[in-house]
Amino acid sequence: MFSLDLLINALVIGILLGGFYAALSIGLSISFGLLDIVNIAHPAFIILGAFVAFIFNSQFGFDPILVSIVFAPVFFLIGTLIYKVYYRSFEKTGAEALRGLAFFFGVMFIIEVLLIISFGVDFQMVQADYIDFKAKIGSLDIPFRMFVPFVIAMVMTLGLQYFSSKTFFGKAMQAVAQDPLALRLMAIDPARIKRIAFGISLATCSIGGALFIIVMPIEPSIGRLYIGQVFAIVVLGGLGSQSGTLIAAMLLGLVESLITTFFGPSWSPAVAFGALILVLAFKPTGILGRVGDTRG
Amino acid sequence: MMSFKTTIIRTIFVFFAILAASIFSNGASAKGPIKIGFSMALTGGLAGGGKQALVAMEMWAEDVNKKGGLLGRPVKLIYYDDQTNAKNVPGIYAKLLDIDKVDFVVSGYGTNLIAPALPVVIQRDLVFMGLFGMNNNKKWKYDKYFQIMPSGPDPAVDFSKAWFDTIMKMSPKPKSIAFVAADAEFARNLKDGAVENAKRRGMKILYNKNYKPGTPDFTPIIRAINATKPDVIYVASYPPGSAGMTRAVSEVGTKAKAFGGGMVGLQFSGIMKGLGPKLNGILNYDFYVPEPNMTAYPGVVDLLKRYQKVAPARKVDPKGWYLVPWGYAYVQVLGQAINAVGKIDHAAIAKYIHNTEFNTVVGKVKFGKSGEWAEGRTLTVQWQNIKKKNDLEQFGKPGIRKIMAPAAFATGKVKPFNSLR
Repeated sequence: MFSLDLLINALVIGILLGGFYAALSIGLSISFGLLDIVNIAHPAFIILGAFVAFIFNSQFGFDPILVSIVFAPVFFLIGTLIYKVYYRSFEKTGAEALRGLAFFFGVMFIIEVLLIISFGVDFQMVQADYIDFKAKIGSLDIPFRMFVPFVIAMVMTLGLQYFSSKTFFGKAMQAVAQDPLALRLMAIDPARIKRIAFGISLATCSIGGALFIIVMPIEPSIGRLYIGQVFAIVVLGGLGSQSGTLIAAMLLGLVESLITTFFGPSWSPAVAFGALILVLAFKPTGILGRVGDTRG
Repeated sequence: MMSFKTTIIRTIFVFFAILAASIFSNGASAKGPIKIGFSMALTGGLAGGGKQALVAMEMWAEDVNKKGGLLGRPVKLIYYDDQTNAKNVPGIYAKLLDIDKVDFVVSGYGTNLIAPALPVVIQRDLVFMGLFGMNNNKKWKYDKYFQIMPSGPDPAVDFSKAWFDTIMKMSPKPKSIAFVAADAEFARNLKDGAVENAKRRGMKILYNKNYKPGTPDFTPIIRAINATKPDVIYVASYPPGSAGMTRAVSEVGTKAKAFGGGMVGLQFSGIMKGLGPKLNGILNYDFYVPEPNMTAYPGVVDLLKRYQKVAPARKVDPKGWYLVPWGYAYVQVLGQAINAVGKIDHAAIAKYIHNTEFNTVVGKVKFGKSGEWAEGRTLTVQWQNIKKKNDLEQFGKPGIRKIMAPAAFATGKVKPFNSLR
């Protein structure tokens, strides 16, 4: 059943959903896309961020997004520490491929177990006035539960894009992905750059977590449902490209929303991942991937 | 060098020593505990229910042991975390039976985790009590399987019968319906049964789709359903989807007169508290609600009070209304049957369970031929009068989840969805 109202609403919700997906994936586009670190624990860190937002919201009534911004530096520090361990144990010895993956699997389980011990296994939600608010413009409904995460996700994604393309450190981050040897020749320690970059990728998990719990209830292991999705978005966008990740997330959100509205929700994963295969068949480096990058 | 005579004497001594040790060890095991083994979802998606059930089962074991145990022996529960992963279940039951040498096995929580245990148990020809399985025995027709969720003899269809009976009391009677379900076994079974109920009542099906678990936003689904203009909407969903659907219908709205049906998770404390007044008007299934006529079940009030005392320390659902009485009842039935039969004889115990009406914390329980309840008792409740946000205590008061059906338990009359929003 087609109508203009349905189409407009589906497009708007698709874009909002895309913003949410971008918030979940943008950190991974740094760790996996730029640094070649298969951080399979990324969604688990997002859920950790969600629980931090939950505890301060439920105990003290603090806004979840505000809490996540305050805790982003803590996540950054956790990220730098994890990278230190990862670097010394695996990357330095050239054993990062399989053992590194196992390491992040382990990190994922540790996070889940710690969350279970601390919070139990029940579903939890947060409260904020804007979560229940919706704007109505003609026949268009904009739920702020989706709109606020979209705005924050856009600020975060575009901010990271600006940071990585315009600042010295951002350019060093790009360089470490392209040619770490050249970086060494310029007396820059690639491991230090990677450590800080990995910290930034985890800092996004703090904010992504707050957005996650605003959109839906959480329990310690719910992040597992999104492992495939976030990696697919990063690959589709082109490894290492934050703009590409944003475009891929938007595409996925739009495809899901349109297919759900007009053909039924059970088709949306098949069509979304079909689109992924199609794009990669014609452009193996992803939407904005670098020419010559064969990792995708 | 040892003489032949000495060797013979020593051999005889060793033989008797081994014999004595063997007799002693047999005697000890006869007086040892009766071991009940099971897998349980203690992590993963169903852990919220699994951990509640485990606490209830431990309370049952404690109660039984205080009264002298089963057959004069203490009860010991042996369990392993199945991580809400069906693949782990057969191995756990093999270990329980072959290594731990348990006397009885009961199921973990939920359809998807009962299914992989059944073939292992059937092969050993053991009594098997099920906890919240939907139609698991349809294929096997195993005569020693008993399931505590009060769906009824034809579980998938009987489960939603009370919901359809309720909506048919509305005036004018609804003529069309939309269905949406999570793409998972339990939810699909629920929806299939509900579709059958709709067909039996001559309702026109305008929408019938599944959604993938993990869907973050349900507003496109609600809009697509609204576009078909159904009189009522039946939703069969898991906790994140149930919360998402409830929020989406609050944001988009609907003109349907009834919304809900098989929404798992709305009964969980965290979700109830989080959704608050958004639940008003939803017409959903339930099994136990704190309404006055339900508290009349023997022991249930005391059980829940005891559970609620330990819940914070055990980091489980603080109220336990949804699963605790049932987690207690399914082992309570087994315990009563073992004591009544007087020995560990699985065939005799199964026969006894088939032929007996049990008095349990969830009231009288009688199983039918298929091992499901002889008569269904799934409740249909409507959320009403929820005024406060973020207040769990309000849900413990009568009048919040009013019972619409079955008629014998009714505490209220169904109202159109939007009249309560």
